[in-house]
Amino acid sequence: MGILKTFALGGVHPEENKLSANAPIEVLPLPKQAIIPLGQNLGAPSKAIVKKGDKVKVGQLIAEASGFISTNIHSPVSGTVFKLDNVIDGSGYKRPGIIINVDGDEWDESIDISDTLITEITDDAQAIIDKVKKAGLVGMGGATFPTYVKLMPPPGKVAEYLIINGVECEPYLTSDHRLMLEKGQEMLIGTKILMKALGVSKAIIGIENNKPDAINHISVLAKDFEGISVQALKVQYPQGGEKQLIKATVNREVPSGKLPIEVGCVVQNVGTAFAVYEAVQKNKPLIDRVVSVTGKAVKKPANYLARIGTPIQQLIDASEGLPENTGKIVNGGPMMGKALTSLDVPVVKGSSGILLMKKEESSRKVESPCIRCSKCTYVCPMGLEPYLLSKAAKLAKYDIAEDEMVMDCIECGSCQYTCPASIPLLDYLRLGKSKVGAIMRDRNKK
Amino acid sequence: MNMFTVSGSPHVHGDDSTKKIMYGVVYAMIPAILVSVYFFGLDAIRVLVLSVIGCLFFEWVIQKYLIKGGTTINDGSALVTGILLAFNVPSNLPSWMIIIGALVAIGMAKMSFGGLGKNIFNPALVARVFLLISFPVQMTSWPKPKAITEGLADVVTGPTPLGIVKEGLDAGKTMSELKPQIPTYMQDLMGQMGGSMGEVSALALILGGIYMLVKKIITWHIPVSMLGTVVIFSGILWGFNPEHYADPVFHLLTGGMLLGAIFMATDMVSCPMTKRGQLVYGFGIGLLTILIRIWGAYPEGVSFAILFMNAVVPLINKAFKPKRFGAKPGVAINQ
Ligand code: SF4
Ligand code: SF4
Repeated sequence: MGILKTFALGGVHPEENKLSANAPIEVLPLPKQAIIPLGQNLGAPSKAIVKKGDKVKVGQLIAEASGFISTNIHSPVSGTVFKLDNVIDGSGYKRPGIIINVDGDEWDESIDISDTLITEITDDAQAIIDKVKKAGLVGMGGATFPTYVKLMPPPGKVAEYLIINGVECEPYLTSDHRLMLEKGQEMLIGTKILMKALGVSKAIIGIENNKPDAINHISVLAKDFEGISVQALKVQYPQGGEKQLIKATVNREVPSGKLPIEVGCVVQNVGTAFAVYEAVQKNKPLIDRVVSVTGKAVKKPANYLARIGTPIQQLIDASEGLPENTGKIVNGGPMMGKALTSLDVPVVKGSSGILLMKKEESSRKVESPCIRCSKCTYVCPMGLEPYLLSKAAKLAKYDIAEDEMVMDCIECGSCQYTCPASIPLLDYLRLGKSKVGAIMRDRNKK
Repeated sequence: MNMFTVSGSPHVHGDDSTKKIMYGVVYAMIPAILVSVYFFGLDAIRVLVLSVIGCLFFEWVIQKYLIKGGTTINDGSALVTGILLAFNVPSNLPSWMIIIGALVAIGMAKMSFGGLGKNIFNPALVARVFLLISFPVQMTSWPKPKAITEGLADVVTGPTPLGIVKEGLDAGKTMSELKPQIPTYMQDLMGQMGGSMGEVSALALILGGIYMLVKKIITWHIPVSMLGTVVIFSGILWGFNPEHYADPVFHLLTGGMLLGAIFMATDMVSCPMTKRGQLVYGFGIGLLTILIRIWGAYPEGVSFAILFMNAVVPLINKAFKPKRFGAKPGVAINQ
């Protein structure tokens, strides 16, 4: 397995609870109705190009990118557009979306739906980028940044390493883990494709050593792929953060306020690499993804291949229903996921898991005074002082928050997880970030 | 319709708590408590009980009747202050003085700053220094430790090793002349030297320190930089003139050095927030302690040194920031 590496600064090790690690990916039955929010990527929401009553096929374009940082959305089902309306999304707000009544499962003819593995990469770099863009790919780890943007380094910047994120450092989640075990070949071909698009000769797949089976499997498969190596990593949260993963794998530090390309790196998630394979080799847009359904009270923790737009209620039903004492539903992992208000929220491109928490796990502990233990500072992977930043934000001292680099906070939650006084540090940090961000934008305008 | 809790991430907590930390400190003090009871007998129990009850009582009264808020006497912080205060006084201190000490520690040094987490100075140390200045005679007449097995009669009082050396050197004697009058280092380690209740056994204090390190209640930075500075600074002087200056081991093992380094200087509320800052803080305490011990008016300087450095902590916190991620780019190839 080689030497275990990890990032240097801060970090925590929450209980892993990978309950669904041994559950093979199951194909989830189609929903009766697909609910497709238009805002599924980081950046501008997409623009609907279908109208009520239109017949659509699986994979047909239904909404277009509306700017540079925006993506296409394709119909995940076949059927009739029921209406364009506001739909509840992961944020808890109602936002524009498309609702499609499902009828059969008729795919767009251009998509190769066979199981044949296509190893040979015939497209050139530009063609790959175009296909990735057309297919509406976003980062599948949860950040949902449009993938093609990352494949086009700004002028003057050159990529040297492609780093594939197979860390899955969030407790509970196992969708990337299962994907590596079951779709390793495809994921590696996808990695090759990404390397070609970026013009790099080296790719490193970082996997934490709580997934020895994935490390072994991918290491064996990777022997046939020149330039791709596997790096086993010591378990430490938030190793899946781009900056932390780059530090752990190639020991480079992305400067404050800069992107990974600054140090010659591009990071993509294993789920994204798999989606790239499908988009480029099979012409299949991003219409489904692997979602873990998990939690201590869940009767059948599982991993589902679900179409985008499937209400999470259906995933939960497939895992034998909502446990009696569910107190909180989290879209994503327990460290960075978002609590949902309703079971009608659909699976979107960035959904990596649904975590059902028991009532007793759901509420926060009572906050007590800060005892200045500095534990929040010790665990911050960005070298910040959360106690100070949260106080600055609370007192609306945004100049101090800015000077103390609140914008570097990656919202990993390690500080709040650790705080013995149970202070909701990240709530204040998010407030500070949004205020300071607004102040900075204002200043730049002038 | 189901109702679900909605709150921002993270949705899990590491289960550490103020109470756990405070009780961790209490457990770490158990060896030193046992040693003090072994040597000072019923008197030690009297001091401990009065000090603890005093601190808890004043915390409760002030919160209930002056601040009129909820009480926090269960969080263990007043308990820690109570035991530390007991550690910092001689076992024969009159009971009413102990109660005054508790009032000063909780009322003046903790509550008047706003309570837990807001005080600048270590409460137990403020009380110690207050008592030392107000009642210098009672605070410096140290009963000689004597195992309870040797019987309870005849408590002999005498000066501490530090006092003997200070007085002797000031009177022009040499270290070789003074050596026979002070306990051996083995006796220091085990607890057979005069001093405040919690200071007498170096070994018991070190055990507690190791426990807190393992439990991650403290980090090594403050004790190591403080004691390291003491060793180096006193070592230089000693190397210079071993007849006129006590050796580093003597400084390490006597007086409040270890109690200060392990339990007082590491008090999380009043020490700096970053590890770099803590190194500077420990260095400052070590340096000041030796300065006071050798050239000051008092034989012991640990308490003053810590209180002085407590006052500097806000400046240290401003000057020493954590190592920021990405402040020093490693290999940046695109430049
Ligand atoms: S949430 Fe922000 S401040 Fe807190 S540990 Fe993570 S990066 Fe640091
Ligand atoms: S971890 Fe909590 S109690 Fe400790 S310094 Fe940070 S905010 Fe204060």
